[in-house]
Amino acid sequence: MSAPHRARNPDRGWSIFGLALALGVAIPLGAVVWRAFSGDGAFWGHLADTVLPRYLANTFWIVLGVGAGTILGGVASAWLVSLCRFPGRRIFEWALLLPLAMPAYVVAYVYAGLFDAAGPVHASLRGWLGAEGVLSWYPNIRSLWGAILVLNLVLYPYVYMLARAAFLEQSVCVLEVSRTLGLSPWGSARRVALPLARPSIAVGASLALMEALNDFGAVQHFGVDTFVTAINRVWLARGDATGAAQLALLLILFVAALVWIERWSRGRAAFMHMSRRYRPLPAYDLKGWRAAAAVAFCFAPIFFGFLLPAAALGTWTIDQAASAIDARFWKLALNSVVLAGGAAILCVTLGGAIAYALRQSRGRRSLRLAAAIVGLGYAVPGAVIAVGVALALGGFDRAVNGLTGGASLWLSGGLFALYFAYAVRFLPIALGAVESGFTRVTPHMDDAGRTLGLGPAGVFRRIHAPMLKGSLLTAALLVFVDVMKELPATLMLRPFNFDTLAIRTYEFASDEQLKAAAPAALAIVAVGIIPVILLSRAIAHARPGMAAGTAGTGVAPALRTA
Amino acid sequence: MTALVIENVAHRYGPTLALDGVSLTVAKGEILCLLGPSGCGKSTLLRIAAGLEPLQSGRVTIEGHTVAAAAGAGAGEAEVPPEARNIGFLFQDFALFPHLSVIENAAFGLHRLAAGAARERAQAALARVGMAELAGAYPHTLSGGQQQRVALARAMAPAPRLFLLDEPFSGIDARLRRRLLEDTWRVLKESGAASVVVTHDPEEAMLLGDRVAVMRAGRVLQIGAADDLYRRPETPFVAEFLSEVNKFRGTVNASGAIDTPLGPVAAPGLAAGSHAIVIIRQQGVGVFPDSSAPPGSLPMTVEWVRPMGAASLVLLRRRGAEAAEPPLYARVSGKLRLAEGAFAAALVDSDEVFVFPAETPTSVGSGRD
Repeated sequence: MSAPHRARNPDRGWSIFGLALALGVAIPLGAVVWRAFSGDGAFWGHLADTVLPRYLANTFWIVLGVGAGTILGGVASAWLVSLCRFPGRRIFEWALLLPLAMPAYVVAYVYAGLFDAAGPVHASLRGWLGAEGVLSWYPNIRSLWGAILVLNLVLYPYVYMLARAAFLEQSVCVLEVSRTLGLSPWGSARRVALPLARPSIAVGASLALMEALNDFGAVQHFGVDTFVTAINRVWLARGDATGAAQLALLLILFVAALVWIERWSRGRAAFMHMSRRYRPLPAYDLKGWRAAAAVAFCFAPIFFGFLLPAAALGTWTIDQAASAIDARFWKLALNSVVLAGGAAILCVTLGGAIAYALRQSRGRRSLRLAAAIVGLGYAVPGAVIAVGVALALGGFDRAVNGLTGGASLWLSGGLFALYFAYAVRFLPIALGAVESGFTRVTPHMDDAGRTLGLGPAGVFRRIHAPMLKGSLLTAALLVFVDVMKELPATLMLRPFNFDTLAIRTYEFASDEQLKAAAPAALAIVAVGIIPVILLSRAIAHARPGMAAGTAGTGVAPALRTA
Repeated sequence: MTALVIENVAHRYGPTLALDGVSLTVAKGEILCLLGPSGCGKSTLLRIAAGLEPLQSGRVTIEGHTVAAAAGAGAGEAEVPPEARNIGFLFQDFALFPHLSVIENAAFGLHRLAAGAARERAQAALARVGMAELAGAYPHTLSGGQQQRVALARAMAPAPRLFLLDEPFSGIDARLRRRLLEDTWRVLKESGAASVVVTHDPEEAMLLGDRVAVMRAGRVLQIGAADDLYRRPETPFVAEFLSEVNKFRGTVNASGAIDTPLGPVAAPGLAAGSHAIVIIRQQGVGVFPDSSAPPGSLPMTVEWVRPMGAASLVLLRRRGAEAAEPPLYARVSGKLRLAEGAFAAALVDSDEVFVFPAETPTSVGSGRD
């Protein structure tokens, strides 16, 4: 008998939608590749002779330093708070996430203000030790090592968050079996818990590294030349689109290698949890100096990654409040909100539609492919996306002008380019958050709704919508905050004379008016702290055996999508 | 009038044939149980009846109206969607809506009624299943049995003409299951609607169903009252699936019998030299102390005894048998005291012996995964 599944038209409509979206993400990347190969080889040769070795070396050290630092700090702190007992553990559990609210460039500006030769730390040391005594050994924060330090301070929470979730997800029984098989507590950590958590740690580290490669503000302020700073300079200062595209292509290759290494290191180690039995994890009681060391170890990143910069920003803001918080400040804040709000609505709508389509078609292959392509956007640095979007839209404008004989900027001159770039970069976050929300709506709930007399629209309205409300809000919030913080793409694509809080922070900092940059920076941090609070609450309320983040808000899964 | 007619329904998931031409009818007020191992297609059939799975081939009629018909190869007419079939579906995982309270769940299917009337009907449905007091609770605070009751009330509230229950008791504690089974039976019977219950548990099927359809590999092997199936199984699979058995393969000899460890068993209607399967139920093997062996019994050695309270499982080996001869399981009253290694006598109740022509080699019995 032959009875092929009858094709249903709604499925085809969804497929077209999904492929259109995937095409939208692919076009800027395609434009970069196209442009990079359209130029002559002269630029390559020039690059290789002059600056390329420096870019490569800096990028290499950043990847190495941030990779090692975030893994070490993130895994160790996650291990301490989830498997040891010491004073303040419950607070550290969520407080270790606080540095996530700090954009790297803000911490870089604050540290430059505090620690460079003109800063208060240097001044007090000079007071005690005399000028010669200090100068001989005082490290220069404006260096590669300073950049690596700053990036580590704000990026380790990615590893911390995922490693902690992995430790909590592990069935205690597995740990106990290893004990009964003769391993010491540390032995079972090394031979069972860490290997089991390795895939999650790899994901966390790769997220941190993607952010590090995406960073523009911190490395630029510390005078460390990377691909992103070079793309920015070549594009904005020299107006050399081909050169920017060629650098962008190199950076894409770097990121692709990173993603490949992460996949490869995971191998087939997508561990399934065999046990459904969870009990509170055994806690090793730390006493005396061990407890003190644990407290110090957990407190240091919170202090240097959040409390110190926040306090400095607060103090400077109070100093500057009268002059810096003017009408222009509020105008910029409004611009930021317009950009972030618009991008949030856009990403949640499109991401929600794709997640819904994936579900309705029961994972149709064309839609899974589309979702995978959309997911790539998060791995691509903002500067690369900016170059690609500008090239693609510029090409479109030229084509239209060629037809009409005009000379207008149809798409590339306005906010459209910014929204386009934000959608490419942040759609995966929205998609991930909505998809994780959908996992709570089992297929049988849809079926139950149908047998109880609702059509597909009714099922969406009365079951999906109310159950997804939280996830949609979370998705919107995550995109909103990321757009608020975003610097490289905004800098390259914003319309003439259109500034945001992030741009103002950057511009004041570039003019070495670090204190004047404080109010705008503090506003960005204040908004950025909202999703961190959500995450923290999810962690505080997480039940044993339930990963933080899957416990309702879906923040962590959203960050995992890359 | 027949409430549900399934005609020659076939279904394929990719290369897998899930249903291979199934036909059956369910009368108004009747409970039909679909019994079979997992993967036999019983749940697919239920979902097709509900309209949750698009029909590929065959016809489904509910109360005289064709709700889906397809001649295969995509030549199907438009299907009546599940929401227009007026059915009550109970899911294995209950699928209660976590964002709604118990009463809101129960009233979910009553959206065409005014809010007050819907609430009243939902409350009545909850009272029928004994969940009236917990109307304000949320599903995640309920036990599995309570969730099942709420799901039943939710399915029942719109007064469907057909109930479809997909493994409704598999998630429930064994101790609680019997109570729930009885209560569910009462609710279904009182509703007057037709019901189809999918289960893999023969006891559940026989307790609940007016008739039982045994399914295997996408086909209905036999359909009938529980007693019919039990007394007159038409295939070795049905005999084996409904009870614990001893199974022997043999060849029919010149005098029309098959040799088994329990002596020759007559094989009426089977030609000499043909292969046959003999099935002897474990409780059809009577075991007696050697001292009071009844006439016609066979001498045995008790190899192994597991007392299980009311009954004991005994493994017997025929005295003087060759090593290759298979041993025999007997399920006897727990009152009978037997020592391992002791002599005993076995007598088979001929009502509990079934002879079938040998099929092509099968994995009968091991299909339960």
